[in-house]
Amino acid sequence: MKKQVTLGEQLRQRGISRRTFLKLCAVATSAMALPPAMIPRVAAALDKAVRPSVIWLSFQECTGCTESLTRSHAPTLESLIFDSISLDYHHTLQAASGTAAEAARDKAIKDFYGKYLLIVDGSIPTKDDGVYSTIAGRTNIDMLKEAADGAVAVVAVGTCASFGGIPYANPNPTGAVPVSELVTDKPIINVSGCPPIPVVITGVLAHYLTFGEIPALDSFGRPLAFFGESIHDRCYRRPFYDQGKFAKSFDDEGARSGWCLFELGCKGPTTHNACATKKWNGGVSFPIESGHPCIGCSEPNFWDGGGFYKALSTTTRPLANWTGAAVVTGAAVGAAAGVAAKRKRSAAKRAHHTVTADELKKKEEA
Amino acid sequence: MTAEALLAWARGPGMQIALAVFFLGITVRIVEMLLIGRAPDLAAPRKSGVAAGWRTVFHRSLPTPGMLKRSPLVFVGGYIFHLGFLIVLVLSVPHIELFHGVWGIRWPGLPRSLIDLAAILSIGAMVALLVHRLVDPVRRFLSRSGDYFAWTVTFLPLITGYFATHHMLLPYTQMLAVHILSIELLLIVLPFTKLIHTFTLFLSRWYNGAIAGRKGVAS
Ligand code: SF4
Repeated sequence: MKKQVTLGEQLRQRGISRRTFLKLCAVATSAMALPPAMIPRVAAALDKAVRPSVIWLSFQECTGCTESLTRSHAPTLESLIFDSISLDYHHTLQAASGTAAEAARDKAIKDFYGKYLLIVDGSIPTKDDGVYSTIAGRTNIDMLKEAADGAVAVVAVGTCASFGGIPYANPNPTGAVPVSELVTDKPIINVSGCPPIPVVITGVLAHYLTFGEIPALDSFGRPLAFFGESIHDRCYRRPFYDQGKFAKSFDDEGARSGWCLFELGCKGPTTHNACATKKWNGGVSFPIESGHPCIGCSEPNFWDGGGFYKALSTTTRPLANWTGAAVVTGAAVGAAAGVAAKRKRSAAKRAHHTVTADELKKKEEA
Repeated sequence: MTAEALLAWARGPGMQIALAVFFLGITVRIVEMLLIGRAPDLAAPRKSGVAAGWRTVFHRSLPTPGMLKRSPLVFVGGYIFHLGFLIVLVLSVPHIELFHGVWGIRWPGLPRSLIDLAAILSIGAMVALLVHRLVDPVRRFLSRSGDYFAWTVTFLPLITGYFATHHMLLPYTQMLAVHILSIELLLIVLPFTKLIHTFTLFLSRWYNGAIAGRKGVAS
């Protein structure tokens, strides 16, 4: 078993000053959406935090989630977190390969059984007994179940692990499912996004390190601190939306003036994520700031949402022919009904007997 | 069913069904009415009724003298509701995008604040008209369940649209789904309820005007 080094000790060994450490704690505190008054508590907790073991499993994925995390620049909160956890298995990042890598995973599961954090990226194919994705000859289903058994909690990183993502999109040829469909007896934190914002991934880990528990989640199992508000709620283009100023193409006056991208298909109003506040690339910008509408990548089924460039208020199916056909059929049915009504009227006319006063009198007398 | 799935259904199959029923229903009813026509007028016409028909179509949109005095609430409320509803329907940008999505035509919209104003006035007018209907004994006596149903299905899109754009009551995704579904309900029932007056009012006005015109009297 590994020696239990606290994070504070480890950072001091590496010559990280107290000042830098506190700065990072301030970032961590704001990343967890906690008030600045919490910084000393966060610092004290992180200082004493023992490196928790983390096993990271990658299934049906594109490695975008790992890229997102590793491409952030040092020294950052991300590096702090990565220094503070013991990443015992991550098949993209680890040096070991082949049987040695598999042995490392087995060992970590055994040594830290019931204590490690399991991070998963990618969806899990279930069709045909899961043969569509295997690692070292074992299916993803098998590997996930085994690793989840000994985990304290599972962090589903990325939309594929959280909601099925792109492999799950219609017609879902591999029968892909999110983690939550296979693991039902452990707390699951969904950190969705395609890919998720690095600071959101680390914010969740920081929360776990600091408080030893999982953060408050929304109805989709996403940390409320990051997914509580929609992109539209915090979008800097919102005043243009309110004024009715919309870019109509990617190259018109509106687009150049930074007007709202709703008409170009922006899914910001229905998408919950922290892009508009935490931003990307070290806080440089986020998609809408670069002129592209939000595609809603942190929401379930975003790939089947009817088109990235179709406004939210429009239909997702072509309807012109459909309405045309309805009018033609309607005209035919209406004509038939009209003719039938006319026939009925003439029949009624034909059947109508005119009665004279004399006839009535006779009837009365009879 | 999640809010996302509901919204996806409303924007896809739901809208498909609603528009098909709407267009089918409207054409069936109008074509049928036109074919049945009216009994031929055998009297020699004084004048052609065509021009009078068209005139009536337009001038019945204007208030008749004395109407404002007789029932001010119905008069003012009626105008505000109808105009407000029309403004919200055809001049709000998300709606224009919908028309563009279906038929490929687009026109300039109004800023949100003006759409909001039209919506609020329209909602207020509808509520006032409903209260008036319930309080006034004669109107209450004349009202049938169909009247209240028509009021409800018209009111729902307005109020849910307002709630959705203002992020009130429910999260936006849910409210947007409810809003679109309420419009689909309106589209489906419109051809088969009193609400078909949206279309038939022009026909009946034209007939009335034309009959009066042939007789050489004012309609
Ligand atoms: S660009 Fe998108 S998120 Fe921003 S205000 Fe417009 S619709 Fe909302």
